[in-house]
Amino acid sequence: MNTPEPVRIDRRAAIKWMMAAGAGAALLGPRSLLGAPGTAPAHGYGTDPATTKPYSPGDIWPLVLSGAQRREVAALSDVILPAEGGAPSASSVGVTDFIDEWASAPYPDNVEDGRVITAGLAWLEAESVRRHGAVFADLGDAQRLGLCEEMSKDAPEGSAHEAISKFFRLFRNLVCTGYYSTPVGMKDLGYVGNVPLARFEGPPPELVAKLGLADEVRW
Amino acid sequence: MAYITPASAKDPYDVIVIGSGAAGGQSAYTLTMEGARVLMLEAGRNYDPRSETPMFKTNDQAPLRSAGTPDKPFGYYDATIDGGWAVPGEPYTNASSERGRDFKWWRARMLGGRTNHWGRISLRNGPYDFKPRSRDGLGFDWPISYEDVAPYYDKVEMLIGVYGTNEGLENTPNSPEGVLLPPPKARIGELLARQRGRKLGIPVIPAHRALLSKALDHRGLPAKLHPGNAKAQRILTEDMQSRAACFWATDCGRGCAIRANYQSTTVHLPPAMATGNLDIVTDAMAREITVDASGKATGVAYIDRTTGTEHRARARVVVLAASACETVRLLLNSKSGAHPHGLGNSSGLVGKYIMDTVGASWGGQIPLLEGYPPHNEDGAGGLHVYTPWWLYKEQLAGKLGFARGYHVEFGTGRGMPGYGSYGDDSRGSTSYGRRLREEARRYYGSFVYFTGRGEMIPNEDSYCEIDPKVVDKWGIPVLRFHWKWSDHELRQVAHMQKTFADWIAEMGCTSPRRPGSDGSKVIEPGGSIIHEVGGTIMGADRAKSVTDAHSRTWDAPNVFVADGGVFASNADKNPTLTIMALAWRASDHILSEMRKGNL
Repeated sequence: MNTPEPVRIDRRAAIKWMMAAGAGAALLGPRSLLGAPGTAPAHGYGTDPATTKPYSPGDIWPLVLSGAQRREVAALSDVILPAEGGAPSASSVGVTDFIDEWASAPYPDNVEDGRVITAGLAWLEAESVRRHGAVFADLGDAQRLGLCEEMSKDAPEGSAHEAISKFFRLFRNLVCTGYYSTPVGMKDLGYVGNVPLARFEGPPPELVAKLGLADEVRW
Repeated sequence: MAYITPASAKDPYDVIVIGSGAAGGQSAYTLTMEGARVLMLEAGRNYDPRSETPMFKTNDQAPLRSAGTPDKPFGYYDATIDGGWAVPGEPYTNASSERGRDFKWWRARMLGGRTNHWGRISLRNGPYDFKPRSRDGLGFDWPISYEDVAPYYDKVEMLIGVYGTNEGLENTPNSPEGVLLPPPKARIGELLARQRGRKLGIPVIPAHRALLSKALDHRGLPAKLHPGNAKAQRILTEDMQSRAACFWATDCGRGCAIRANYQSTTVHLPPAMATGNLDIVTDAMAREITVDASGKATGVAYIDRTTGTEHRARARVVVLAASACETVRLLLNSKSGAHPHGLGNSSGLVGKYIMDTVGASWGGQIPLLEGYPPHNEDGAGGLHVYTPWWLYKEQLAGKLGFARGYHVEFGTGRGMPGYGSYGDDSRGSTSYGRRLREEARRYYGSFVYFTGRGEMIPNEDSYCEIDPKVVDKWGIPVLRFHWKWSDHELRQVAHMQKTFADWIAEMGCTSPRRPGSDGSKVIEPGGSIIHEVGGTIMGADRAKSVTDAHSRTWDAPNVFVADGGVFASNADKNPTLTIMALAWRASDHILSEMRKGNL
């Protein structure tokens, strides 16, 4: 794709970006992120979780997807991010658990996403059986790719395909989030931070020169 | 003296400080280092950043990859505990739910308050910012000038450690030589923004942030900060030696276990505790300032949140450092024969003129920044460069259509991947398989995101009062907010967005979105930026202000407001540094009056 689409910054992503940028108070969250005064979900991790302790999906709220649904999640995740070169597939680095955790979480946005995900998985299963006589996880590569291609098509607002398109975008975002936040994902993406350094060196001089920015380096 | 329970309070104290954040921490520090005996009341729980900060934790180790939730609006690893725009059991109300008329009130119920998670952006107000009415006829002048506060900015910067440079730009004060620490190098996207901004006349200079880019000068600074006070110098020397310089990893918003950035809990409270002059009661929810028949404060009534029982502590002086709106609430809930409308409220102005910072943002994808060689861009865990307001002359000449300025904060580079932050999804792509992998690598780190932070002018329609019906879980009456932006703020955000779109285009974005011109559609709701100030504004006339030039309430001679409540204007500069400077100044005045026997 040579011409990037107009940037639609995801609201939660924007909050993360601005936290990273130090403008900590950027508030772009949807209503449910703010929360109505005095309300909080009953079974989330609460307002004082032990953030330094180890955590695994399922530790705080139960994972609700069935075995069959998890098989579909793993199969679709691996079409979206299959193993390639030395990089492992999505399902092999815990993305299935993450999507189950996301769809099972008690927070309002997650409850809504959970509905989209279970409805999307139900469509995928029914459509796989109708067309090919087997559930998605048991289909061959070409059949999986065919269905994935169809789901990835943009849908006009109000069209019958709109819900499927919405499901695919959400699912794809979650696969990427789940994958690229793992050590192998970060490596694949080229994130090399999160290590203590004696000095912060800034960008490599060759890169600065290549972009014609040497005159900008004043401090 | 130490962390104590209500039962072991050894009152009367010299001073009770309500709140433990920037204002409370600075007040307790200044007072105890100079010998006063202080009791600090903190509504939240005790908190130890050295053992509780999730240093180096990756997002895949957090619930939901650390995406924001109602429990943790800024994500799982954000330092905030028991806080947010909603605190369970502690409601507030809005008089209107209309868009643009409601206010979101952020609180953090923990030792150190909001200083644990803030952006560490530490900008001085300039000369214009203390006399805005004299300059453009709007809002209020402060009863003090930049020259009155400058020595305290110097002291705070030396104590907490602030990086930055002196650029000599208009209304953007320099610090004295040797006070600032060296700034970190700019990231690649920041260099590009700097180059392209110049074509639009927009300056980009190092940000000022409260972070140790190198260790503090523990040999020189203590004597400058506490001349003639050997004990204070010894304590501060030891404390400065125990703060490590930044090791360029882990977002500052998580807090810092090595104490490389400023938090009240890592910088103000440890030396204050070391004096032996500070007692702290946590889980202590202040309810009322108690007074004698003459209206003078005698102490504070507070509720132990762990038991629900009420306690009273006595002191010669009460310092309110509860955050601007919580201070208003306390004053209005402190009714007595001497103060029938609430303490300090003879003017009827307690709660009036609440201001937040004006905020809007705009982002774009920059092809020049696609696929550059991987390198570490974590840096100082926050902002490296920024743009101070640069159109003072055009504005004064009436060319802009809004009266006050804004500064610009930057988001660029390859932060640690988390929810959505690999960047690709924001382009609306639906690729999968090999193409998705290629796009993710290509676009990661190629986005720039500009955020405007502007000045709001105080107005008659933005205030808070006690809700006549609603109480919190302890039965304490809560605040009700009223809010309204003026055209100055709405035109300001429209200007922000147009500027950012032009800038993004200059940086080579091939398909920039164009913003609309209706500011009311893009302005962040009041309270979103978490810079609320005012409500107990200082002034030269007791009929037109709540506090005097030393942050003392006009109505009670031994009650002081150390938090942002006293701000008579809210410059685009983030308020924390000014809060600390004014808290130090008020504490100096308290000490001086105590020594004279006046308090």
